[in-house]
Amino acid sequence: MSSVAAPAGVFALSRLMKSPAVRRFVYGALGLSVLFVIWEIGTLFLHFNPATRTFVTFGPIPTLEAFPTLWGEGKIQSAMAASGYRMGLGLFLAIVIGVPIGILMGRSKRFRELSNSPFQFLRMISPLAWMPLAVLVYPAWDQAIVFLIAIASVWPVAFATAAGLAKVDPAWFKVARNLGAKAVHMLTQVIMPAIAFDVLTGIRLALGVAWIVLVPAELLGVTSGLGYAIKDARETLSYNHLTAMVLVIGIIGYILDSACVVLIKRYSWHHRRA
Amino acid sequence: MTVRGVHIKIQDLTHRYTAKSPICFEKTNLEAKRGEALAIIGRSGCGKSTLLHIMAGLLKPTSGAVYLDDELVDKPSPRWVMMFQAPHLFPWMKVSQNVGIGLHFAGWSEAKKRDRVAEAINLVALQDYAENNVQDLSGGQQQRVALARSLVMEPEMLLLDEPFSALDAFTRAALQRDVRSIAKRLGINLVIVTHDIDEAVLMADRALIMAGSPGKIYDELDIDLPDPRERQDPTVQAMRARLMEAFHKAAGGAPAGGASCNGHEEPEIGNGGSAKPQVVSAAAMKKGKKG
Ligand SMILES: Nc1ncnc2c1ncn2[C@@H]1O[C@H](COP(=O)(O)OP(=O)(O)O)[C@@H](O)[C@H]1O
Ligand SMILES: [Mg+2]
Repeated sequence: MSSVAAPAGVFALSRLMKSPAVRRFVYGALGLSVLFVIWEIGTLFLHFNPATRTFVTFGPIPTLEAFPTLWGEGKIQSAMAASGYRMGLGLFLAIVIGVPIGILMGRSKRFRELSNSPFQFLRMISPLAWMPLAVLVYPAWDQAIVFLIAIASVWPVAFATAAGLAKVDPAWFKVARNLGAKAVHMLTQVIMPAIAFDVLTGIRLALGVAWIVLVPAELLGVTSGLGYAIKDARETLSYNHLTAMVLVIGIIGYILDSACVVLIKRYSWHHRRA
Repeated sequence: MTVRGVHIKIQDLTHRYTAKSPICFEKTNLEAKRGEALAIIGRSGCGKSTLLHIMAGLLKPTSGAVYLDDELVDKPSPRWVMMFQAPHLFPWMKVSQNVGIGLHFAGWSEAKKRDRVAEAINLVALQDYAENNVQDLSGGQQQRVALARSLVMEPEMLLLDEPFSALDAFTRAALQRDVRSIAKRLGINLVIVTHDIDEAVLMADRALIMAGSPGKIYDELDIDLPDPRERQDPTVQAMRARLMEAFHKAAGGAPAGGASCNGHEEPEIGNGGSAKPQVVSAAAMKKGKKG
């Protein structure tokens, strides 16, 4: 196919590929196409096996066809809104609790030594293991899910904040004081910009964990959200709706993570030197 | 920038870090005229940095006081600023933001800040780098930014704690000359702490020799040389020899191991001598860095 293209066209293409943005896009699209091809091949196997033939709507084409229907019915939007609310609140709590804990760990040696063992211990408990407990404690499932997300994401935020603070040069405080900085300036002009990179990196990790916790948590009890939408699709045997919702989960997670990467790049001041 | 300086008076200053630690210096008295450039020479551990931190209001003395025109120094102020051995710039800021940070702390508006910052950046000949991130600059350029960051506050007194010791010989020579000429032009007081005899001769109007344990000012020497001062100049060389001699005399007279308090090193004289390069002007430095 490429042999048909004029040499000038090939040359222009190779020059275009030198641009990092174009390169990233082309390779990204290529990688995703490979994924779709594998998906289609898998569907063909389902098709040729009589025992699994009923599941062929798992395939990429029926899945894509389900999107307009689901969107038209408002199912994607309402699932996103419900899950987004739980995620947002859980992450918000994790940040509001995790950043101060991290600052305490970073600033106070005694607190760090005292808290290290219990925090490492709590961190290693799978967030889903808290589920039965959360359901007992909280009257509503919604609250229990928010708790699970918060407890899963508070650790990455706290530990990243502490690590960031440990790297803050004490001389920066001396210089700032020398030039007339007040306490509020220390926070907004020195501490916050100095640790923004690490805090955001922690939030990115937290987001990944929270996203993984969210879906299984929503498979139980609640009647809204992305997890519930998958369960609902399975029970109504609309397999292409199921895969469409799985796809939605992947796409949103990918977008959220990319947004974090953009923010991290924006606030990173490390190793700028070429 | 307005021309100003201040009369410095240090009265019976004594300091020890903790009740158990030895006395750093005892009943130190010192006066400096408005606009005078003062050098304090002494070996490591003599308490020079401690004295400077007290003068900057960053450290409270055990007893005694520092007065600037009869105003007691008991806290940091933009009117008396200190420059440290390392630039300690904020790496997340551009050059202009670093220079303007003190004005930002003082609540200046962006528009008012802009002119003052540009003026200070011009003073240290970094106008081509104003919008660069400070991490992209060389060590000497970074120390220039630190200088501009101090000068932008229009201080009455600039305290320098071995500010050029981490720089290469060319850059150090250029900055030694520039800082003195800027201070003289603005009329501000300089207090330079150093263990480099050459630096004292090139930058100061008067050199104090600090020695002993606890530290004490043993001797002083007026350095009345014309500007600009060149290292190879015979009068500069002669002054260096006199200061060296005074230093060794103080060393002989001081108790507890001579002029040394803790350290056993000789004062730095290796930077002098005719083998060293000529003083390079700021403009020449800039051209060299760009190439
Ligand atoms: N923060 C501190 N706590 C306790 N002792 C200190 C502290 N800083 C300096 N010292 C001691 O005070 C003495 C003088 O130190 P310093 O002022 O740094 O000397 P110099 O600047 O002349 O090298 C030294 O003996 C040093 O060990
Ligand atoms: Mg020192």
